[in-house]
Amino acid sequence: MTIVYESLAKIGFMFAVIMGMVVVLIWMERKGAAFIQDRTGPNRASIAGIRLAGLIHPVADVFKLLFKEDVAPANRHRALYNMAPWLVMTVALSTYAVIPFGDFLTVAGRRIPLVVANLDVGMLYILAVASLGTYGIVMAGWAANNKFTFLGGMRATAQMISYEINMGLALLGLMLVFGSLRVTDIAAGQADLIWGFLPKWGVVVQPVGFLLFLTTVYAETNRNPFDLPEGESEIVAGYHLEYSSLKFALFFMAEYAHMVIGAALIATLYFGGYQVPWLPRPALEEHAGLLLTLLLAGTALVSVLISVAFLRRAGRERGKFGDARDREPGMGAGLWLIIALAALAGLLQNPWHIGPSGAEAFASFIQIGAFLAKLVFFAWLFIWVRWTLPRFRYDQLMHVGWKIMLPLGVANLLVTALVMALV
Amino acid sequence: MSFEGLPRGSAAKKQSFLERTYFPEIIRGLVVTMRHLVKNILHTSEMPTMQYPEEKRVYGERFRGRHRLMQREDGSPRCVACQMCSTACPADCITIEAAEHPDPEIEKYPASFQIDLLRCVYCGLCEEACPCDAIRMDTGIYEIAADSRSSFVVDKDFLLNNTTEGTL
Repeated sequence: MTIVYESLAKIGFMFAVIMGMVVVLIWMERKGAAFIQDRTGPNRASIAGIRLAGLIHPVADVFKLLFKEDVAPANRHRALYNMAPWLVMTVALSTYAVIPFGDFLTVAGRRIPLVVANLDVGMLYILAVASLGTYGIVMAGWAANNKFTFLGGMRATAQMISYEINMGLALLGLMLVFGSLRVTDIAAGQADLIWGFLPKWGVVVQPVGFLLFLTTVYAETNRNPFDLPEGESEIVAGYHLEYSSLKFALFFMAEYAHMVIGAALIATLYFGGYQVPWLPRPALEEHAGLLLTLLLAGTALVSVLISVAFLRRAGRERGKFGDARDREPGMGAGLWLIIALAALAGLLQNPWHIGPSGAEAFASFIQIGAFLAKLVFFAWLFIWVRWTLPRFRYDQLMHVGWKIMLPLGVANLLVTALVMALV
Repeated sequence: MSFEGLPRGSAAKKQSFLERTYFPEIIRGLVVTMRHLVKNILHTSEMPTMQYPEEKRVYGERFRGRHRLMQREDGSPRCVACQMCSTACPADCITIEAAEHPDPEIEKYPASFQIDLLRCVYCGLCEEACPCDAIRMDTGIYEIAADSRSSFVVDKDFLLNNTTEGTL
């Protein structure tokens, strides 16, 4: 029975991370895009005058979409039309099963591996499930009975066929290097150092493979510069054109959930997953006291600095709006001050001597934190690239996929195999 | 921003090998966008965005806002219903019904004077055409909103008492 509870807890954790990340990513996308384009971005929605720099907007959007009228085309294929958004969302959520978000966590004497399903064919599972996502898009495009959605679905299919091969080739190189199809083995294998100073991350041992994988992940998540299935300048909104209300919200959230998968895959396969560079698990446990003290002191210092910045803003912008929004800087300063005080209180508890079980738990949480930090960075990279690059033209997409990436992938695989055979 | 050095017409510059591999150029692009992002996070208050409706743009004195009709000293309209403005109006938004004025010195006066603000293109030709400076667009009002189309058709009384205060 315990194992069921453990699994449920892990599933719940991953679900919470994904859904939380979806909200944060929508916020990051809108705010980041605005700042990149010299705008201020969303800053209106508020709860009791507190706007959280626009973080309320995704929540408000979800409520708006939930209560909107569901307008559907009359000549749709009912079953497929209703199934498509759920399929896309389910697929987006199910890839996480094989991604380890930490090494292990000891709870009540039991070592719990921090991965929902430690499949021995994890890599195949990733490839299989990732390609299922296109079915939802094609179904949506077909069932809506609209030429623009249909074109979007067709583009998604063609793109998926072209880039899936390259993704497989890129991952084959990685499998050769780490000698396993198990995702946890690959993540664990990246703890070592090459020549004593370089972390044995996937990106170091497979640089070409990484570039190929990065590009294909962008294509599989239908993100710019590969968002041809949406192509709002050519085919209106592509495959989800005829969807509204909750079903549109599902497509929208699935896009961001796919981004989180993409980021998690890049982080796990090519950037060491939960590994902290130069600090493998034994080192983390050994120096836990020192690291925890440094971490708490750093948190306290940074929080105090942020708090002071908020206080200065409060002084500068006193009475700027003349309503509840004027309280924001003061409340921000208070919040960060509380965080700083909590860190200081932690420092007073003598964190230097946390004992072996404490050190183990500390190492686990640091590794989970490292994984989440990498996840956020690569998710941000998706957004950053979207607001930098224009969309590929269709012929360019096919040219890059078949004439450049495919030969490069094969060459990378051959060279990797040769090196692995010789070394 | 200058467009010097960009290729003219279809004769695009030949790309070097590094440029054709995409990635160095993509990184250069990423650096550009990141520069904007960091600048705007550090200097949020310097962003050009105006927080309407808290902040409002200050327009020049010659800005053409909503129309008003000028009054004589006794409060009656200056307008003599000559139809010059409605003739000049390219949007055909002014409707005047003339009537005989009781004062023999003055020939006509507008019995009704309507402007359809939804049709108006704010070109100012009515101001230019008016021979007795009876219609002006100097109120500076640009926030014109109403619940129905019919309430955008404003009449003589409204236009006579049109000030910068008050909404439609």
